[in-house]
Amino acid sequence: MNTDTLNRLAERIRGLLGDRARDAVIECGELTVVVDAPDIVAVSETLRDTPDLAFKLLLDVSGIDYQTYGEADWRTHDATVSGFSRGVARAQETVDVRPFPGRFGVVYHLLSIEHNLRVRVKVYLAEDQPRVPSVIDVWPSANWYEREAFDLYGILFEGHPDLRRILTDYGFIGHPFRKDFPLEGHVEVRYDAEKGRVVYQPVTIENRILVPRVIRNDGRFGH
Amino acid sequence: MPEIRNMTLNFGPQHPAAHGVLRLILEMDGEVIERADPHIGLLHRATEKLAESKPFNQSIGYMDRLDYVSMMCNEHAYVMAIERLLGIVPPVRAQYIRVMFDEITRILNHLMWLGAHGLDIGAMTVFLYCFREREDLMDCYEAVSGTRMHATYYRPGGVYRDLPETMPQYQPTKWRNETEVRKLNENRRGSLLDFIEDFTNRFPACVDEYETLLTDNRIWKQRTVDIGIVTPERALALGFTGPMLRGSGIAWDLRKKQPYEVYADLNFDIPVGVNGDCYDRYLVRIEEMRQSARIIAQCVQWLKANPGPVIIDDHKLTPPTRGEMKGDMESLIHHFKLFTEGYCVPPGEVYAAVEHPKGEFGIWLVSDGANKPYRLKARAPGFAHLSAMNELATGHMLADVVAIIGTMDIVFGEIDR
Repeated sequence: MNTDTLNRLAERIRGLLGDRARDAVIECGELTVVVDAPDIVAVSETLRDTPDLAFKLLLDVSGIDYQTYGEADWRTHDATVSGFSRGVARAQETVDVRPFPGRFGVVYHLLSIEHNLRVRVKVYLAEDQPRVPSVIDVWPSANWYEREAFDLYGILFEGHPDLRRILTDYGFIGHPFRKDFPLEGHVEVRYDAEKGRVVYQPVTIENRILVPRVIRNDGRFGH
Repeated sequence: MPEIRNMTLNFGPQHPAAHGVLRLILEMDGEVIERADPHIGLLHRATEKLAESKPFNQSIGYMDRLDYVSMMCNEHAYVMAIERLLGIVPPVRAQYIRVMFDEITRILNHLMWLGAHGLDIGAMTVFLYCFREREDLMDCYEAVSGTRMHATYYRPGGVYRDLPETMPQYQPTKWRNETEVRKLNENRRGSLLDFIEDFTNRFPACVDEYETLLTDNRIWKQRTVDIGIVTPERALALGFTGPMLRGSGIAWDLRKKQPYEVYADLNFDIPVGVNGDCYDRYLVRIEEMRQSARIIAQCVQWLKANPGPVIIDDHKLTPPTRGEMKGDMESLIHHFKLFTEGYCVPPGEVYAAVEHPKGEFGIWLVSDGANKPYRLKARAPGFAHLSAMNELATGHMLADVVAIIGTMDIVFGEIDR
């Protein structure tokens, strides 16, 4: 989409949603609209049913966990005094002010086939109560996407008729895509010859960080 | 009177028509499906979480393994997302190479789909025909990247290397004598582009062969016509994209509507169906193969006439050549930094989508300025398609479930991710 179309779309959505649009920013040629969680169904219906928008296709719903946003394993600007660690101990640099109003986010990618437009709708959720109304009545395609976000992030979609786990194992415990869930997991399976079946046991593997996470603000790619 | 109860049937995950590891719980009233509940996730590898722990370039290879029958298209969405965040544009020659390989990939995918779909619903022969042409295209993958499937060929800023001047040759073996080998190597004497050009010339006749086997075939039509009908409104509501949407009569194709790379400069048509049943989707995909061959031919012409760089010349992002690295300190530093730490991508989020053979494949990439992605989400077309399984299969016979799985072009690498 070119800049004119984007600006007009942003203006139109701001006008249409009024106060419900907390924020509408254009970044990398894409429009992101932030709304409050309780408003999501009403906003979705507006975006779908307004004839000059007609966002009839919900492409994607995905969760995100902002818990470690902006954290790096290495302090890159003043490390010469203390020396670099192996980068194995996590998170040495912490950005105190996280630029997000909640730990979790739910992101909806919408597409309008009639007018060839795209928009991203975003909802922030608090850490203790990650709840958001389900948009399954607006777009039936939200069904599995919401199940996936529930499975991986533990975000509860209120009003979803069948909020089961979808990708993880039967009887899985935890929400694996949260940032505090270790990459190697908690349990592993193996075949137990004595019991004659597959058993679960605590993980025996260890995650080796080969490349530490670094943030370099050298302004190399300024937008 | 005996009591009549519905039967619950477990279909898969070890079933040849389940296309991998689909487990379907079917509630049956006799032969008729009352409810279909797909259980997925048996191939869940947490690609997206793994990507969060690796520098950007190291995840390109994981993208191949998402939809493992259309490898380069997955890579394309991923590198495009990185490029948008970095604000770089690959050289035109790289864009042509990418488009050419995207279309080769589309043919690869549709051939796999056609063969497997045919096999599922009783047409044995077509599988062998499809794999004959697939082999040639796999050789193109091999010539350009060294591997037949998981190429890792696209890089942010272009493609890994230029097209080779020679094709791999068949060697005589115990089972294949000199004369046979000479015949096999006949179209492999020139460069890769010559080989691809030869392929585009003979491929339409091959598609005619598949069509002779299937299009007017009575059994094929009985198994596909009026099976799994989706209306255009329903297709949109269910989140369909790609041939599943076009089969219902909506002419939506990202290559035309939101052109990326050089698609805007190329001539091709978008086929659409009328009834939205399995047969129409079959016809759409067959026509797409012909159109892809057309696009490839145009790319070959352009690439033959326009040599040039295939990757940008910024060594903060792309490795210097081996020769430079050996002779130049600066290049050595660049090489070392790039392969140990990688590069930092400015903070922001982007959604990059390509017209994948199965539909819209998108990568939503969030970066916090580090050398690894903060969050990566792959929007897989098959996920939305499979979620409509219940709606499509209800009321059909058990045998039609197989036809519906086939027409969705299910590949579990991308659905489970």
